Amino acid sequence: MKWNRLRGAELNFNPFDNLLCILLGISFTVWFTLLLVFIIVPAIFGVSFGIRQLYMKTLLKIFEWATHRIERGAKDNNHLLYKPYSNGDGSNRDLDHASEFEMSDIFYFCRQGVESIMDDEVTKRFSAEELESWNLLTRSNYNFQHISLRLTVLWGLGVVIRYGFLLPLRVTLAFTGVGLLVVLTSIIGFLPNGRMKNFLSEQVHLMCYRICVRALTAIITYHDSENKPKNGGICVANHTSPIDVIILASDGCYAMVGQIHGGLMGVIQKSMVKACPHIWFERSEVKDRHLVAKRLSDHVEDKTKLPILIFPEGTCINNTSVMMFKKGSFEIGSTVYPVAIKYDPRFGDAFWNSSQFGMVNYLLRMMSSWAIVCSVWYLPPMTREEGEDAVQFANRVKAAIARQGGLVDLLWDGGLKRGKVKDTFKEEQQKLYSKMLTNLGSLR
Amino acid sequence: MGSTNSTLSKIPNVEELVQETGFTPAHIVRLYDRFEALDKEKTGHLRPQDFGAINRLAINPIGDRIIGAFFSPGQETVDFHSFVRILAHFRPADKKRPKDPSMPEPVNSRTSKLKFAFQLYDQDKDGKISRAELLQVLRSMLEMQVTEEQLESIADRTIQEADLDTDDAISFEEFRKVPPGGALRLTYQHGALTQIRFIIVKNYVRFDNGKQAMKGNRYLKFTLPC
Repeated sequence: MKWNRLRGAELNFNPFDNLLCILLGISFTVWFTLLLVFIIVPAIFGVSFGIRQLYMKTLLKIFEWATHRIERGAKDNNHLLYKPYSNGDGSNRDLDHASEFEMSDIFYFCRQGVESIMDDEVTKRFSAEELESWNLLTRSNYNFQHISLRLTVLWGLGVVIRYGFLLPLRVTLAFTGVGLLVVLTSIIGFLPNGRMKNFLSEQVHLMCYRICVRALTAIITYHDSENKPKNGGICVANHTSPIDVIILASDGCYAMVGQIHGGLMGVIQKSMVKACPHIWFERSEVKDRHLVAKRLSDHVEDKTKLPILIFPEGTCINNTSVMMFKKGSFEIGSTVYPVAIKYDPRFGDAFWNSSQFGMVNYLLRMMSSWAIVCSVWYLPPMTREEGEDAVQFANRVKAAIARQGGLVDLLWDGGLKRGKVKDTFKEEQQKLYSKMLTNLGSLR
Repeated sequence: MGSTNSTLSKIPNVEELVQETGFTPAHIVRLYDRFEALDKEKTGHLRPQDFGAINRLAINPIGDRIIGAFFSPGQETVDFHSFVRILAHFRPADKKRPKDPSMPEPVNSRTSKLKFAFQLYDQDKDGKISRAELLQVLRSMLEMQVTEEQLESIADRTIQEADLDTDDAISFEEFRKVPPGGALRLTYQHGALTQIRFIIVKNYVRFDNGKQAMKGNRYLKFTLPC
């Protein structure tokens, strides 16, 4: 009797157990196959199905609808909306001359001063760009309060999709990509130096970076690929986030420059350098500018080595402007290939505010955004001209990048994120004002 | 940066601030975000160094004076309320307001604005701009570019023209009259605090990289992005 009942109990559970296992097994296999077919294989060969473009278009339509609803809701409730970039940049310099000093000349400087207290061009660059429309991420939400149930539901759905579906997918891909990079480059490191090794290492690097690109759902448009950097040159680009490296390196092979880190980054760096020569510096070597310059120029002179990738701003800027380029990389005297990178902030803000969040937090935010959409322009190569010193050359390159990317060309130093202004700038202002008065006879 | 409501609840005495200054709650939120951005150490107060971190202000020849205007004499910190009160001077004046001598002067009236500018000159707050104070301002605006004699001659001429009661100093009443017809007009765009425009009549300086400037329209419009 007892035995029968036990058998009955067993029979009750077994089919379910089996069924559950089978279902799990099947779904896992299906999912993985889909992943492989749609994402990893195209990454290996560098082709694309166009899924991401479709995704982007759909998202844009949804965002437009969402913003429209919010504006309508705000108008109904008589809320004032804050619009970040309305017409007019404060430095309206359309002034007519004064023939002489007047007491109220102080108003001009006063105006400038208060204007900069309210909002100044430089600190604006070090915080994330403010959007005109809302992209269903609360992190870019300044104005928008609860307007309607439909909108909240849509937002909730967005959260579920992003965290429940997109995030695990991306994390898997990221691990796959990084893992493959480390393993394959270490294997290639065992090969003897020669053309085969270089070819293989290029392929491996490209493949792994492409997988990483898909891990971030980055939709990149490359323009003017005929100007891509060649061996023996230096590639300079504006810097917004560590992702810039992945974006550029998935379209061409570069030798990276940087400091050796510990932990996971260090492992990746060490294995990468086995396959092809990158330039990694110890912490102590970074301060020695001559050593740095020497290593860079040695690398550049060897025409078999890959072009160097450098970010001369020295720090992450929020992608609305280009700040002062440090002259070090422009002193070396080889061809410079400028590259402009512009992110579309509507889908996810790629800017890394290193004082606000650390690397892990940043990656989490990246992977839970909708997508990272950006455009890359390869500009024609530039060389230093006769009679031009490194600083002027750097400014020329910077202007070209800013113009192409539609960014504001600022002469401020990226180091101002943490430091202070030089007195020479104040003297410039005074010089201009006095020239005014001298020119027009007040000071005779 | 969160939604407006959550920020509003963080600011104490918002109603009072709205009444006193005439800013709308949305504007106050915007100013609060700016205040927090300047207050890097999150103390809830701003010190002169926090203003000094603004680069365009640091290169402004009278930057120190503008910063000084935010701090009452003897105080070393400014809290959010005082910050907003000072900035309220730059709101547009309400032209339709009837001139009621019994009501206190609103913070953004023409008189208050002129008083603000007067205080930039009058650092020792004795109610008069002395020759020495005028020279100081001239020196900050021109520094190395002119000689001491030139500075003194400008100062002399200005005082001669403005000083009506011949006490060799410029009082507030005399200061008011100095730019005849001069006005500081600030206007809003509709809706949000998108811009504050200054319109100064008569006085302007052309900064055109030193090139020769044209004489023309006397109106000067500035826009202050917000």
